[in-house]
Amino acid sequence: MTLFNVQIISIILSTLLFLFVIELVRKGMLKERYAILWLASSFILLVLSLWKGLLDKIAAFFGIFYSPSLLFLAAFLFLLLIVLHFSIVISRMSEKNKKLAQEMGLLKYELENKKSVKDGDKNREEAG
Amino acid sequence: MKAERSRILVIIPALNEEKNIAQVVSSINKEVPYADILVVNDGSRDRTGQIAREHGATVIDLPYNLGIGGAMQAGFRFARLYDYDIAIQVDGDGQHPADHIERLVQVIAEGKSDMASGSRFVANGGYKSTRSRLVGIKYFSLLLSLILRERITDTTSGFRAVNKKVIDLFSRNYPDDYPEVEALVLLHKRGLRVKEIPVEMKERAGGKSSITPFRSMYYMVKVSLAVLIEMIRKAER
Repeated sequence: MTLFNVQIISIILSTLLFLFVIELVRKGMLKERYAILWLASSFILLVLSLWKGLLDKIAAFFGIFYSPSLLFLAAFLFLLLIVLHFSIVISRMSEKNKKLAQEMGLLKYELENKKSVKDGDKNREEAG
Repeated sequence: MKAERSRILVIIPALNEEKNIAQVVSSINKEVPYADILVVNDGSRDRTGQIAREHGATVIDLPYNLGIGGAMQAGFRFARLYDYDIAIQVDGDGQHPADHIERLVQVIAEGKSDMASGSRFVANGGYKSTRSRLVGIKYFSLLLSLILRERITDTTSGFRAVNKKVIDLFSRNYPDDYPEVEALVLLHKRGLRVKEIPVEMKERAGGKSSITPFRSMYYMVKVSLAVLIEMIRKAER
Protein backbone atom coordinates (compact mmCIF):
# COMPACT_ATOMS: atom_id res chain seq x y z
CA MET A 1 0.00 0.00 0.00
CA THR A 2 1.41 3.30 -1.04
CA LEU A 3 -0.67 5.20 1.46
CA PHE A 4 0.98 3.29 4.25
CA ASN A 5 4.46 4.47 3.38
CA VAL A 6 3.36 8.07 3.31
CA GLN A 7 1.68 7.60 6.66
CA ILE A 8 4.81 6.21 8.29
CA ILE A 9 6.93 9.02 6.94
CA SER A 10 4.55 11.70 8.14
CA ILE A 11 4.27 10.09 11.59
CA ILE A 12 8.06 10.02 11.94
CA LEU A 13 8.49 13.55 10.62
CA SER A 14 5.79 15.12 12.76
CA THR A 15 7.07 13.29 15.87
CA LEU A 16 10.58 14.52 15.17
CA LEU A 17 9.33 18.06 14.60
CA PHE A 18 7.37 17.95 17.85
CA LEU A 19 10.37 16.73 19.83
CA PHE A 20 12.72 19.14 18.13
CA VAL A 21 10.51 22.14 18.96
CA ILE A 22 10.30 21.05 22.61
CA GLU A 23 14.07 20.64 22.71
CA LEU A 24 14.55 24.13 21.26
CA VAL A 25 12.28 25.66 23.89
CA ARG A 26 14.03 23.72 26.62
CA LYS A 27 17.40 25.06 25.51
CA GLY A 28 15.97 28.57 25.34
CA MET A 29 16.66 28.85 21.61
CA LEU A 30 13.00 29.38 20.76
CA LYS A 31 10.68 31.77 22.55
CA GLU A 32 7.52 30.20 23.96
CA ARG A 33 5.50 32.81 22.11
CA TYR A 34 6.55 31.36 18.77
CA ALA A 35 6.86 27.79 20.02
CA ILE A 36 3.12 27.57 20.65
CA LEU A 37 2.42 27.95 16.93
CA TRP A 38 4.96 25.29 16.07
CA LEU A 39 3.87 22.88 18.79
CA ALA A 40 0.22 23.17 17.82
CA SER A 41 0.94 22.54 14.18
CA SER A 42 3.24 19.59 14.73
CA PHE A 43 0.70 18.15 17.17
CA ILE A 44 -2.09 18.46 14.60
CA LEU A 45 0.14 16.90 11.97
CA LEU A 46 0.90 14.02 14.34
CA VAL A 47 -2.77 13.40 15.17
CA LEU A 48 -3.71 13.47 11.52
CA SER A 49 -1.01 11.07 10.44
CA LEU A 50 -1.82 8.65 13.28
CA TRP A 51 -5.57 8.72 12.92
CA LYS A 52 -5.96 7.87 9.29
CA GLY A 53 -9.76 7.80 9.44
CA LEU A 54 -10.00 11.39 10.60
CA LEU A 55 -7.82 12.55 7.75
CA ASP A 56 -10.00 10.66 5.26
CA LYS A 57 -13.14 12.18 6.70
CA ILE A 58 -11.80 15.71 6.50
CA ALA A 59 -10.44 15.06 3.03
CA ALA A 60 -13.83 13.75 1.91
CA PHE A 61 -15.47 16.82 3.38
CA PHE A 62 -13.21 19.07 1.31
CA GLY A 63 -13.56 16.83 -1.73
CA ILE A 64 -9.91 15.77 -1.75
CA PHE A 65 -9.49 12.29 -3.25
CA TYR A 66 -5.96 11.56 -2.13
CA SER A 67 -6.18 12.23 1.59
CA PRO A 68 -2.46 12.57 2.48
CA SER A 69 -2.32 15.56 0.20
CA LEU A 70 -4.57 17.29 2.73
CA LEU A 71 -1.72 16.88 5.19
CA PHE A 72 0.69 18.63 2.86
CA LEU A 73 -1.81 21.32 2.08
CA ALA A 74 -2.29 22.00 5.78
CA ALA A 75 1.45 22.05 6.37
CA PHE A 76 2.00 24.36 3.42
CA LEU A 77 -0.66 26.80 4.56
CA PHE A 78 0.75 26.79 8.04
CA LEU A 79 4.25 27.54 6.76
CA LEU A 80 2.91 30.36 4.66
CA LEU A 81 1.25 31.84 7.72
CA ILE A 82 4.28 31.52 9.91
CA VAL A 83 6.58 33.07 7.30
CA LEU A 84 4.22 36.00 6.91
CA HIS A 85 4.11 36.31 10.67
CA PHE A 86 7.89 36.43 10.77
CA SER A 87 8.01 39.09 8.08
CA ILE A 88 5.78 41.22 10.25
CA VAL A 89 7.94 40.56 13.31
CA ILE A 90 11.11 41.42 11.36
CA SER A 91 9.60 44.66 10.05
CA ARG A 92 8.61 45.70 13.52
CA MET A 93 12.02 44.81 14.89
CA SER A 94 13.97 46.65 12.20
CA GLU A 95 11.90 49.77 12.89
CA LYS A 96 12.66 49.49 16.60
CA ASN A 97 16.28 48.77 15.78
CA LYS A 98 16.57 51.91 13.67
CA LYS A 99 15.00 54.03 16.37
CA LEU A 100 17.34 52.55 18.94
CA ALA A 101 20.43 53.35 16.86
CA GLN A 102 19.26 56.93 16.29
CA GLU A 103 18.44 57.41 19.94
CA MET A 104 21.82 55.99 20.90
CA GLY A 105 23.63 58.37 18.56
CA LEU A 106 21.77 61.34 20.05
CA LEU A 107 22.35 60.21 23.63
CA LYS A 108 26.04 59.63 22.99
CA TYR A 109 26.32 63.14 21.64
CA GLU A 110 24.50 64.55 24.64
CA LEU A 111 26.72 62.60 27.02
CA GLU A 112 29.93 63.76 25.35
CA ASN A 113 28.62 67.30 25.29
CA LYS A 114 27.89 67.22 29.02
CA LYS A 115 31.24 65.67 29.75
CA SER A 116 33.18 68.27 27.80
CA VAL A 117 31.23 71.08 29.48
CA LYS A 118 32.06 69.56 32.86
CA ASP A 119 35.70 69.13 31.90
CA GLY A 120 35.73 72.78 30.88
CA ASP A 121 34.32 73.81 34.27
CA LYS A 122 36.93 71.76 36.04
CA ASN A 123 39.72 73.30 33.99
CA ARG A 124 38.45 76.76 34.78
CA GLU A 125 38.24 75.95 38.49
CA GLU A 126 41.78 74.65 38.47
CA ALA A 127 42.99 77.74 36.65
CA GLY A 128 41.09 80.12 38.93
CA MET B 1 21.35 87.95 21.11
CA LYS B 2 20.75 86.40 17.77
CA ALA B 3 17.21 85.45 18.66
CA GLU B 4 15.95 87.41 15.65
CA ARG B 5 17.63 85.07 13.28
CA SER B 6 16.23 81.62 12.48
CA ARG B 7 18.24 78.80 13.93
CA ILE B 8 19.61 76.84 11.02
CA LEU B 9 21.06 73.33 10.97
CA VAL B 10 22.91 71.82 8.04
CA ILE B 11 22.62 68.03 8.18
CA ILE B 12 25.27 66.03 6.36
CA PRO B 13 24.72 62.27 6.22
CA ALA B 14 28.14 60.70 5.72
CA LEU B 15 29.32 57.16 5.13
CA ASN B 16 33.05 56.69 4.59
CA GLU B 17 33.63 60.21 3.27
CA GLU B 18 36.99 60.96 4.88
CA LYS B 19 38.30 62.29 1.55
CA ASN B 20 35.50 64.81 1.11
CA ILE B 21 34.11 65.68 4.52
CA ALA B 22 36.74 68.26 5.48
CA GLN B 23 36.15 70.27 2.32
CA VAL B 24 32.35 69.97 2.63
CA VAL B 25 32.31 71.15 6.25
CA SER B 26 34.74 74.02 5.72
CA SER B 27 32.97 75.33 2.63
CA ILE B 28 29.62 75.34 4.47
CA ASN B 29 31.27 77.07 7.41
CA LYS B 30 32.60 79.70 5.07
CA GLU B 31 29.41 80.28 3.05
CA VAL B 32 26.84 80.08 5.86
CA PRO B 33 28.73 80.82 9.07
CA TYR B 34 25.48 81.48 10.95
CA ALA B 35 24.35 77.86 10.53
CA ASP B 36 25.26 74.94 12.75
CA ILE B 37 26.68 71.88 11.01
CA LEU B 38 25.69 68.38 11.99
CA VAL B 39 27.47 65.42 10.46
CA VAL B 40 25.57 62.17 10.92
CA ASN B 41 28.29 59.59 10.75
CA ASP B 42 26.40 56.58 9.47
CA GLY B 43 28.64 53.85 10.81
CA SER B 44 31.70 54.82 8.77
CA ARG B 45 34.74 52.61 9.04
CA ASP B 46 37.16 55.39 8.21
CA ARG B 47 37.98 58.69 9.92
CA THR B 48 34.91 60.59 8.69
CA GLY B 49 33.62 61.42 12.19
CA GLN B 50 36.99 62.42 13.55
CA ILE B 51 37.81 64.70 10.62
CA ALA B 52 34.38 66.33 10.76
CA ARG B 53 34.89 67.08 14.47
CA GLU B 54 38.32 68.54 13.82
CA HIS B 55 36.73 70.92 11.32
CA GLY B 56 34.23 72.16 13.85
CA ALA B 57 31.14 70.16 12.97
CA THR B 58 28.87 68.58 15.53
CA VAL B 59 28.97 64.83 14.97
CA ILE B 60 26.49 62.10 15.77
CA ASP B 61 27.99 58.65 15.49
CA LEU B 62 25.45 55.97 14.67
CA PRO B 63 26.49 52.61 16.12
CA TYR B 64 26.03 50.89 12.76
CA ASN B 65 24.99 51.75 9.23
CA LEU B 66 21.33 52.76 8.93
CA GLY B 67 21.37 53.93 5.33
CA ILE B 68 20.66 57.42 4.07
CA GLY B 69 17.05 57.46 5.34
CA GLY B 70 17.88 56.38 8.87
CA ALA B 71 20.83 58.76 9.03
CA MET B 72 18.78 61.73 7.83
CA GLN B 73 16.04 60.92 10.29
CA ALA B 74 18.63 60.96 13.09
CA GLY B 75 19.53 64.44 11.87
CA PHE B 76 15.90 65.58 11.86
CA ARG B 77 15.48 64.23 15.36
CA PHE B 78 18.50 66.24 16.44
CA ALA B 79 17.00 69.32 14.79
CA ARG B 80 13.74 68.81 16.65
CA LEU B 81 15.42 68.07 19.95
CA TYR B 82 17.46 71.29 19.79
CA ASP B 83 14.60 73.31 18.34
CA TYR B 84 16.00 74.39 14.98
CA ASP B 85 13.80 76.40 12.64
CA ILE B 86 15.34 75.27 9.38
CA ALA B 87 17.17 72.09 8.45
CA ILE B 88 19.16 71.65 5.25
CA GLN B 89 20.34 68.35 3.85
CA VAL B 90 23.69 68.44 2.10
CA ASP B 91 25.42 65.32 0.81
CA GLY B 92 28.76 64.43 2.32
CA ASP B 93 30.46 63.77 -1.01
CA GLY B 94 30.83 67.39 -2.08
CA GLN B 95 28.25 67.36 -4.89
CA HIS B 96 26.22 70.17 -3.41
CA PRO B 97 27.80 73.61 -3.65
CA ALA B 98 27.75 75.38 -0.29
CA ASP B 99 27.24 78.79 -1.90
CA HIS B 100 23.76 77.65 -3.02
CA ILE B 101 22.59 76.88 0.52
CA GLU B 102 21.62 80.49 1.10
CA ARG B 103 19.13 80.33 -1.82
CA LEU B 104 17.33 77.37 -0.28
CA VAL B 105 17.36 78.90 3.20
CA GLN B 106 15.84 82.14 1.93
CA VAL B 107 12.83 80.41 0.41
CA ILE B 108 12.09 78.71 3.73
CA ALA B 109 12.90 81.72 5.91
CA GLU B 110 10.50 83.86 3.90
CA GLY B 111 7.81 81.22 4.37
CA LYS B 112 7.35 80.74 0.62
CA SER B 113 7.39 76.97 0.94
CA ASP B 114 7.73 74.13 3.44
CA MET B 115 10.51 72.48 1.49
CA ALA B 116 12.98 73.98 -0.94
CA SER B 117 14.54 71.34 -3.14
CA GLY B 118 17.62 72.06 -5.21
CA SER B 119 17.12 70.91 -8.79
CA ARG B 120 19.70 70.38 -11.49
CA PHE B 121 17.10 70.59 -14.21
CA VAL B 122 15.04 73.71 -13.59
CA ALA B 123 17.66 75.62 -15.54
CA ASN B 124 20.32 74.00 -17.66
CA GLY B 125 23.77 73.82 -16.31
CA GLY B 126 25.87 71.83 -13.94
CA TYR B 127 26.92 68.33 -14.62
CA LYS B 128 24.85 65.84 -16.56
CA SER B 129 24.42 62.46 -15.00
CA THR B 130 24.95 59.09 -16.66
CA ARG B 131 22.32 57.98 -19.19
CA SER B 132 20.75 55.19 -17.15
CA ARG B 133 20.43 57.56 -14.26
CA LEU B 134 18.86 60.24 -16.41
CA VAL B 135 16.20 57.79 -17.57
CA GLY B 136 15.35 57.09 -13.94
CA ILE B 137 15.25 60.77 -13.07
CA LYS B 138 12.93 61.53 -16.03
CA TYR B 139 10.68 58.66 -15.05
CA PHE B 140 10.34 59.73 -11.43
CA SER B 141 9.88 63.31 -12.47
CA LEU B 142 6.89 62.21 -14.57
CA LEU B 143 5.44 59.94 -11.89
CA LEU B 144 5.78 62.48 -9.10
CA SER B 145 4.53 65.35 -11.25
CA LEU B 146 1.38 63.31 -11.91
CA ILE B 147 0.85 62.48 -8.25
CA LEU B 148 1.69 65.91 -6.91
CA ARG B 149 -0.01 67.74 -9.79
CA GLU B 150 2.94 70.03 -9.86
CA ARG B 151 6.09 69.93 -11.94
CA ILE B 152 8.98 68.30 -10.12
CA THR B 153 12.12 68.00 -12.21
CA ASP B 154 14.64 66.54 -9.78
CA THR B 155 12.92 64.06 -7.49
CA THR B 156 16.11 62.43 -6.26
CA SER B 157 17.80 65.62 -5.19
CA GLY B 158 19.38 65.28 -1.78
CA PHE B 159 19.97 69.02 -1.51
CA ARG B 160 17.00 70.32 0.42
CA ALA B 161 15.91 72.79 3.06
CA VAL B 162 12.82 72.31 5.22
CA ASN B 163 10.97 74.31 7.85
CA LYS B 164 9.96 73.41 11.39
CA LYS B 165 6.74 71.66 10.36
CA VAL B 166 8.64 69.32 8.09
CA ILE B 167 11.39 68.74 10.65
CA ASP B 168 8.70 67.66 13.07
CA LEU B 169 7.12 65.34 10.50
CA PHE B 170 10.40 63.81 9.32
CA SER B 171 11.71 63.25 12.83
CA ARG B 172 8.71 60.98 13.40
CA ASN B 173 8.34 59.47 9.97
CA TYR B 174 10.99 59.29 7.28
CA PRO B 175 11.25 56.64 4.57
CA ASP B 176 14.15 54.19 4.69
CA ASP B 177 16.07 53.18 1.59
CA TYR B 178 15.70 55.82 -1.11
CA PRO B 179 13.91 58.48 0.89
CA GLU B 180 14.09 61.53 -1.39
CA VAL B 181 11.31 60.47 -3.75
CA GLU B 182 9.01 59.12 -1.07
CA ALA B 183 9.49 62.18 1.10
CA LEU B 184 7.84 64.27 -1.63
CA VAL B 185 4.72 62.09 -1.48
CA LEU B 186 4.76 62.28 2.31
CA LEU B 187 4.72 66.08 2.18
CA HIS B 188 2.05 66.13 -0.50
CA LYS B 189 -0.24 63.96 1.59
CA ARG B 190 0.05 66.38 4.49
CA GLY B 191 -0.70 69.33 2.27
CA LEU B 192 2.81 70.80 2.61
CA ARG B 193 4.40 72.74 -0.22
CA VAL B 194 7.54 71.92 -2.18
CA LYS B 195 9.38 74.44 -4.30
CA GLU B 196 12.23 73.63 -6.64
CA ILE B 197 15.18 75.96 -6.80
CA PRO B 198 17.69 75.78 -9.64
CA VAL B 199 21.14 74.75 -8.46
CA GLU B 200 24.28 73.47 -10.07
CA MET B 201 25.69 70.25 -8.80
CA LYS B 202 29.23 69.12 -9.13
CA GLU B 203 30.59 65.71 -9.84
CA ARG B 204 31.68 63.74 -6.84
CA ALA B 205 34.96 65.08 -5.54
CA GLY B 206 36.19 61.64 -4.49
CA GLY B 207 35.01 58.16 -3.73
CA LYS B 208 32.59 56.18 -5.87
CA SER B 209 28.89 56.51 -6.56
CA SER B 210 26.87 53.46 -5.60
CA ILE B 211 24.68 53.69 -8.69
CA THR B 212 24.97 51.11 -11.48
CA PRO B 213 22.53 50.52 -14.41
CA PHE B 214 21.18 47.39 -12.77
CA ARG B 215 20.70 49.16 -9.50
CA SER B 216 18.89 52.04 -11.19
CA MET B 217 16.40 49.56 -12.65
CA TYR B 218 15.92 47.93 -9.29
CA TYR B 219 15.66 51.37 -7.74
CA MET B 220 12.95 52.43 -10.19
CA VAL B 221 10.75 49.43 -9.52
CA LYS B 222 11.27 49.52 -5.80
CA VAL B 223 10.66 53.21 -5.35
CA SER B 224 7.60 53.18 -7.62
CA LEU B 225 6.14 50.52 -5.39
CA ALA B 226 7.09 52.49 -2.30
CA VAL B 227 5.47 55.62 -3.74
CA LEU B 228 2.24 53.75 -4.47
CA ILE B 229 2.23 52.25 -0.99
CA GLU B 230 2.93 55.65 0.50
CA MET B 231 -0.16 56.93 -1.32
CA ILE B 232 -2.46 54.38 0.27
CA ARG B 233 -0.81 54.20 3.68
CA LYS B 234 -2.59 55.20 6.83
CA ALA B 235 -1.70 58.70 7.83
CA GLU B 236 0.24 58.15 11.04
CA ARG B 237 2.01 55.26 12.59
